[in-house]
Amino acid sequence: MGSTVFKGGVHPDYNKEITATMAVSPMKPPSKVVIPLQQHIGAPCEPLEGIEVGSEVKRGQKIADSTGFVSAPIHSSVSGKILAIGPYNHPLGSVLPAITIEPDGEDRWDESIKPGGDMENLSAADIRNIVREAGIVGMGGATFPAHVKLTPPAEKPIDVVVINGAECEPYLTADHRVMLEQPEEIVFGLKAIMKVLNADKAVIGIEDNKADAIRVLEKAIEGEENISIAHLHTKYPQGAEKMLIQVTTGRVVPAGGLPMDVGVVNFNVGTAIAINDAIREGKPLTERVVTVTGSGINRPANLLVRVGTLVSEVIEACGGMKESTMKLIVGGPMMGKAQVNDDIPVIKGTSGILALTDQDMYLAESSPCIRCAKCLDGCPMFLSPTGIAQFAEFEKYGDAEKLHAMDCFECGCCSYVCPSKIPLTQWIRIAKAEITKAKKK
Amino acid sequence: MDRKLVVSTSPHLKSPEDIQSIMTDVMVALFPATLMGVLIFGYQALVTIILAVVAAMVTEAIILRKGNLFGDGSAALTGLFLALVLPPSPPWWVVVIGSVVAIAVGKHLFGGIGNNIFNPALVGRAVLVVSWGAHIAGDVWVRPQPFAFMADTVTQATALSTYDFSLWDLFIGTVPGSIGETSALALLLGGLWLLYRGHIEWRIPGAFIGIVFIMGLIDGGFGMGLYHVLAGGVMIGALFMATDMVTSPVTPVGRLIFGFGCGLITMIIRLFGAYPEGVMFAILLMNSLTPIIDNLTLPKKFGEVKRSDA
Amino acid sequence: MLIVYAILALGLMGLLFGLMLAVAARIFAVEVDPRVEAVKDAVPGANCGACGYAGCAKFAEAVVSGEAKANDCIPGGEETVKAIAEILGGDIETSVSPVATLFCIGDCFKASDRFVYDGVQDCAVAGEFNDGFKNCSYGCLGYGNCVKVCLFDAIYMGKHGLPVVDEEKCTGCGLCASACPRELIQMLPPGEEGYLVLCSSQDRGKTVSRACEVGCIACKACVKVCPVEAIEMDGKLAVIDLEKCTDCGDCKEKCPPGTIHRRSAIPSEADALAAAAEKTAESA
Repeated sequence: MGSTVFKGGVHPDYNKEITATMAVSPMKPPSKVVIPLQQHIGAPCEPLEGIEVGSEVKRGQKIADSTGFVSAPIHSSVSGKILAIGPYNHPLGSVLPAITIEPDGEDRWDESIKPGGDMENLSAADIRNIVREAGIVGMGGATFPAHVKLTPPAEKPIDVVVINGAECEPYLTADHRVMLEQPEEIVFGLKAIMKVLNADKAVIGIEDNKADAIRVLEKAIEGEENISIAHLHTKYPQGAEKMLIQVTTGRVVPAGGLPMDVGVVNFNVGTAIAINDAIREGKPLTERVVTVTGSGINRPANLLVRVGTLVSEVIEACGGMKESTMKLIVGGPMMGKAQVNDDIPVIKGTSGILALTDQDMYLAESSPCIRCAKCLDGCPMFLSPTGIAQFAEFEKYGDAEKLHAMDCFECGCCSYVCPSKIPLTQWIRIAKAEITKAKKK
Repeated sequence: MDRKLVVSTSPHLKSPEDIQSIMTDVMVALFPATLMGVLIFGYQALVTIILAVVAAMVTEAIILRKGNLFGDGSAALTGLFLALVLPPSPPWWVVVIGSVVAIAVGKHLFGGIGNNIFNPALVGRAVLVVSWGAHIAGDVWVRPQPFAFMADTVTQATALSTYDFSLWDLFIGTVPGSIGETSALALLLGGLWLLYRGHIEWRIPGAFIGIVFIMGLIDGGFGMGLYHVLAGGVMIGALFMATDMVTSPVTPVGRLIFGFGCGLITMIIRLFGAYPEGVMFAILLMNSLTPIIDNLTLPKKFGEVKRSDA
Repeated sequence: MLIVYAILALGLMGLLFGLMLAVAARIFAVEVDPRVEAVKDAVPGANCGACGYAGCAKFAEAVVSGEAKANDCIPGGEETVKAIAEILGGDIETSVSPVATLFCIGDCFKASDRFVYDGVQDCAVAGEFNDGFKNCSYGCLGYGNCVKVCLFDAIYMGKHGLPVVDEEKCTGCGLCASACPRELIQMLPPGEEGYLVLCSSQDRGKTVSRACEVGCIACKACVKVCPVEAIEMDGKLAVIDLEKCTDCGDCKEKCPPGTIHRRSAIPSEADALAAAAEKTAESA
């Protein structure tokens, strides 16, 4: 498949060269880990029986789970003693329950960690169970539990698996690095996914600014007839689910629908590797690759970080943060979350830690809309961001809904392009929240 | 951690483009036409341009009570636009009144930047045409005298009154007319720059010019089609006036309809109306339809078509 | 000749339309009590809604029908009540319009911030975003929702980050009080006497003193010292009952952070800026 392109989108400065050539290096074990009980979309976990303050846990030991289907269990990322169970700052901007563990420095693995066996001997249900028990969620940042995606309803068979290696967020290079360094693991994980879903085709979508990753993966899939690589045009938000599926498969996910409505599921490359690790080594998801970058970081790097490590320690490991830092972001600069302070843990969905100075960003007062329509042209969902924002400003949420406010997935293109610097995405978020509130009543 | 971080919702990056940079881009795009106007019509054109720009900026500064004369650049641009659609040498007070009306009535009575329904420069010109027609239209068109900067002015009938200029003269701009409208070449250069910078889109100028050409073609053959496109205000209107962001539709289909309407009304006025030229009224009329065009042509959202099939 | 035709034609058309309108006015006439019109003219006509009716016209109808009382029109004050009484006859029941008072003096120099907020400039939105950018989650955010709703131009945003009420212009309609998402504005009867605790924080004393130099730390010193028991604790906040207050000022003397002020001496914008200037001069 040649280079294809979706309509809309923007071209921010990618600034990926800062860390693109830096190999992933494991970060030294943290002095403390704080593992939030909610790291995924869905029901929050409860600490398991016997997990209380003072009890000893081992690395990889399951420490919290939930009975809800849309949920993923949580494992300890170190061996050590539980210091506290209680509310802690969460990267999503609130204070949520978390388990704080003090590592004993020995990093003993839990006894339950053992390879899941050969793929040939594993049934679809076995793999699904391994994925669930390993607590794997979408590693791109959406953190949707992976086993749920592996369990499509019977009336919606999946025939194509799309692997997201687009990494369209500026600055981030975590996916880029894992594609270069672990291509074989990605392909193994992908084959496991295909086996569970009984899918006969798979596409790995990679933006063409990562030519080296495309070459490496093309080599890794040599001989695999049903896996192909799609060279994607570099444009934000190429990695968004619906855009990615459109350009890789030519299928259009219906408005308000899910990828499975058109027989597709998609997984991040990191998720494929996590599935590989869970099957081959029995390892649950307790660490991930995080890009630590931005002009406010003294020594930018791609680090393999334990889940629960505090952002302050990660930044410390990268030489600290510059005095001139204006903004600290967890995630990418387009969809990530700005933080009030650095006392927050890395969670399963943390793909990047960014410290931005005035070299990367600026503050601007907003002016009235000049109807330039750049937001309409930039919106990958073909909405009218300025229209929705104006209705939101005057609290006309019903009218905002008529302009399909609920179809917005908050990619931020509109706010990015707006020459009047109107916080359009924020207004649309407000409208969405109010519409949801009104529906619940 | 002592320092206070900036916290906002995503996205955390903003494009470097702002209103001022867009206005500057448009001014750059108008530079060739302005230069040609001064070269062709001499110093009086330059005086008119400076008068209009300064009057517009001062009016805006007084209304907004701001010390910064240039501001976001939109007032200066409106003044420049107005000057470019005026004859080379109207009395100074006519130019000043035009600028004041454009900014005060055309723009700020409607609520300032972004809220005006009509293109402010055209509002200024429309008021002048209706109130002091003798100074703005009629026997005021200066005979082009390229590079004769200080020459005395001699009046001559415009291209749309006599229809006897060569296409080449119309293309280069050595014909009588408003300061900035005569040189199709200079306007095209500016339009290409705006297209390249992404501030205008092919739809409005394409539909506008296309319809003018086709109706001219029907009226008098291929040559007449080209004549109508090159003569008068079609080029400046289609590339710069009709594409004014504030007063044109935001939807792709809406822009097509808008351009089509502008071209149609222009040619109806030219071929059947009492005025020789209709670009200004065409754009003003279509400006008033912009909100309704926008409402009727909202694009289908991603995935909507698919669903209605199912 | 042409001009004669034109005049004739227009004149005839004018006559015709005039006749049609005259006939229509007779046939479709709606009976209106002239007193309603008179009352409508007597009220300020700002359509503020403080009376509880949808606009001044509805209020006028309600007054004439006896449903509403003349003094329900708060912005109108004494004058309006007298005017209405003259129109309708009957007793004059005057009332004084209250005045908006902000129960927060934690300006941008005295109350500390947690972070710099960048986004939609609206108090409700900023207040919900990460619980507001101030360390105090009860204090005024200074984006001026109260200023935006005021119909009488009676509030402006001061340079110290708090809204300032112009008591001369304030009609007491209460729109600002209901616009404030943190409910910091109270409508009080006008007057210079009596003391107020100018804080709305329900946080613990420790939290308050970390967040704001002038917040109520719930030490209860004022409650103990008050000779007439006019001060009570509402949760973690001392509240002075103005009706009981004898204007002695003992509570102000005892208040450690200086939250209590006499109503005639509520810290003004100028005070705040002067204090801030003094502070920077000291530290320099």
